[in-house]
Amino acid sequence: MSGQSDSAAEAKGWHSVVDDWAADQRTFRVSWGKLMMWIFLLGDTFIFSIFLLSYMTVRLSATDAWPNASQVFELVVFGQTVPLFLIAIMTFILITSSGTMAIAVSFAYRKQKQLAVYLMLATAVLGASFVAMQAFEWSKLIADGVRPWVNPMGAAQFGAAFFMITGFHGLHVSAGVIYLLIVARKLARGDYDQRGYEIVEISGLYWHFVDLVWVFIFAFFYLW
Amino acid sequence: MTMSAGYGDTQQHDGPGSFWTRYVWSQDHKVIAIQYSLTAIFVGLVALVLSALMRLQLGFPGQFSFIDSTHYLQFVTMHGMIMVVYLLTALLLGGFGNYLIPLMVGARDMVFPFLNMLSYWTYLLSVLVLLASFFVPGGPTGAGWTLYPPQAILPGTPGSEAGILLMLISLAIFIVAFTMGGLNYVCTVLQARTRGMTLMRMPLTVWGIFVATILGLLAFPALLVSAVMMFLDKTVGTSFFMPVIISLGEQLDYGGGSPILFQHLFWFFGHPEVYIVALPAFGIVSDILATHARKNIFGYRMMVWAIVAIGGLSFVVWAHHMYVSGMNPYFGFFFATTTLIIAVPTALKVYNWVLTLWQGNIHLTVPMLFAIGFIFTFVHGGLTGLFLGNVVVDLPLSDTYFVVGHFHMVMGVSPVMVLFAAIYHWFPKVSGKLLHDGLGKLHFWGTFIGTYLVFLPMHYLGFLGVPRRYYAMAGTDFIPASAQSLNSSITVAALVVALMQLLFIANLIISLRWGKAASANPWHATTLEWQTPQTPPAHGNFGPQLPTVYRWAYDYSVPGARDDFIPQHLPDSAVAVDDAQAYAKAGK
Repeated sequence: MSGQSDSAAEAKGWHSVVDDWAADQRTFRVSWGKLMMWIFLLGDTFIFSIFLLSYMTVRLSATDAWPNASQVFELVVFGQTVPLFLIAIMTFILITSSGTMAIAVSFAYRKQKQLAVYLMLATAVLGASFVAMQAFEWSKLIADGVRPWVNPMGAAQFGAAFFMITGFHGLHVSAGVIYLLIVARKLARGDYDQRGYEIVEISGLYWHFVDLVWVFIFAFFYLW
Repeated sequence: MTMSAGYGDTQQHDGPGSFWTRYVWSQDHKVIAIQYSLTAIFVGLVALVLSALMRLQLGFPGQFSFIDSTHYLQFVTMHGMIMVVYLLTALLLGGFGNYLIPLMVGARDMVFPFLNMLSYWTYLLSVLVLLASFFVPGGPTGAGWTLYPPQAILPGTPGSEAGILLMLISLAIFIVAFTMGGLNYVCTVLQARTRGMTLMRMPLTVWGIFVATILGLLAFPALLVSAVMMFLDKTVGTSFFMPVIISLGEQLDYGGGSPILFQHLFWFFGHPEVYIVALPAFGIVSDILATHARKNIFGYRMMVWAIVAIGGLSFVVWAHHMYVSGMNPYFGFFFATTTLIIAVPTALKVYNWVLTLWQGNIHLTVPMLFAIGFIFTFVHGGLTGLFLGNVVVDLPLSDTYFVVGHFHMVMGVSPVMVLFAAIYHWFPKVSGKLLHDGLGKLHFWGTFIGTYLVFLPMHYLGFLGVPRRYYAMAGTDFIPASAQSLNSSITVAALVVALMQLLFIANLIISLRWGKAASANPWHATTLEWQTPQTPPAHGNFGPQLPTVYRWAYDYSVPGARDDFIPQHLPDSAVAVDDAQAYAKAGK
């Protein structure tokens, strides 16, 4: 009487797998906010993937020679030229910030609120210093004459793709720093004492995502 | 914790007080849905007027001095973009998605009402930016709705000064709005269903909107990224999409970019977009056919899988829009194959709709007429899609009126038929008033026959080789002069169809003001939105206690039952014991 979709008891094989999975009132055992962040990050993954694919395509279609990244991004340190010096530090800092974030999440779940707040602030500081170093790198490239529309070292698409993609990522990091600061402040004020500290993990998801994206940008821009 | 809000929620949500918080800055999904719908219908009427102006030029070339070739191209472009994105996507997902998802799955609201409100206001901003391009120097862009570079941003194309920039900005804002709404729809469907509402008991309307939203969340990023890159090409002079170009005898500062890249990105968005529009329509029409034929939908599980399969396949067919753009021949082979595979689940759905009607107790109500009309227009549009999906057949037909006829039939007329069916079907719940039946039937027949008179002859024009997007034909000996008389008749039919839509708007207004009051469940439907204590549903939707769902959405004409429908929230015990007492106990 109640229709074919209620035949869970008799269902076999694939059918029963679907029924099991579909039968819960809640499809995933996570809160609304965390699920929303996951789905948002999935969409954001598509955005960055398409940015990087477009970069690869214009790198292939560009008619001028592509500059050598090791030379473009080298830095003179104590009279020695070190390729990718600044970038190595930036990447190290960002990955370290993922570590501090993970510890913050752990402390939050252990109800050690104050430690979680400090570690989130540390994460935000590391993130802000990453953005500052990126600004320094931009200014260095600009001083070398690289612009989105022209590049004395070769293909104009190099500067265009570089400024666009690192800029878009830098905006993500900056937004993340602001987001972390807001959450840390509300956490310190006790806004989440009733609801639990899951928000720390949700903001952490975003932060780890931004770091992960950087690993790909680093690989495709600086190591290729 | 937000988590605990779902289970056994017994609190009555109080509606907000003042006029402003109630109707303007409202976070109620139903109010937001109406805001979305009215905005989308308004901007859709603008696009309708644009199409009428285009048809005037095509039917009677040169008779109207205010339509010059520049304006013509701008009308084509704005008509296409408005209809696809700002009307169909916004009305089906922002309008019907917002209204129906919480009501149909038994939730009090979307999971993030504030984000939902933000979604509407951002959408309104994108519409305003788009419409602003009519009033800037140079007017709106005339690049064609596909906005192909390099022509889209170069002098010579209408609106290449400011129009194209406003178009790109508006699209980016729209994507932000869609993302905020879309996250809500997906999370609400996945996590906020009422007790007993398993995924495999959801009405197909919800399934269609749900999968379409996922497609949108994954496809719109491609449009966003291409909009950003084209914006940079235009404003700061990057060359993402721009090859070396000599324009008007002068070499431009561009070089080394890839115009084909834009086409790939655009269609990676553009093809799923077809299904973002089609899947909600598939779902809605399934529910309307079952309700008005008093019969369960044929093959419910198959219908769900078909929606999911079509959604997945829609991401691997995009380059069938680019057969003439220049591709490796093996790509053509691949994309033709995937395109034809997508016809399998689609045809399956059509068979199931027809089998749902078979031996049903068909009530030819206005929503049902539109739903059956949809089956016709969709089959016709779908079959010509099989022609165009094949590379060798597509090459001669590409960029002719055959293509125009095809896509208007399959993703213009068909979803619009479903939209009308849906409006006639749910208007009594939304407004508490019945729409006028006679006006509705006149609207249906005028629209149904009229659109056939408009779009069927276009296929023939396409076989003759009449190219699309042309302002006027001149010196083309291979096209017989009779093509022009066909064009004139199409224009007359198009104007009649346009007038029919004014009749529809009049019906909405008249019925809202003077219409008969609707009962809570005028179609005797099973789904939860018809079982609300108030009509229109109040804030919080379901009164003090959320309903518990005991059955799927299609228990029509169940043998042995007292009525020919059993609402989803009635337990077997309330149905098996015959008569009114049981119904009263269950709060019917």
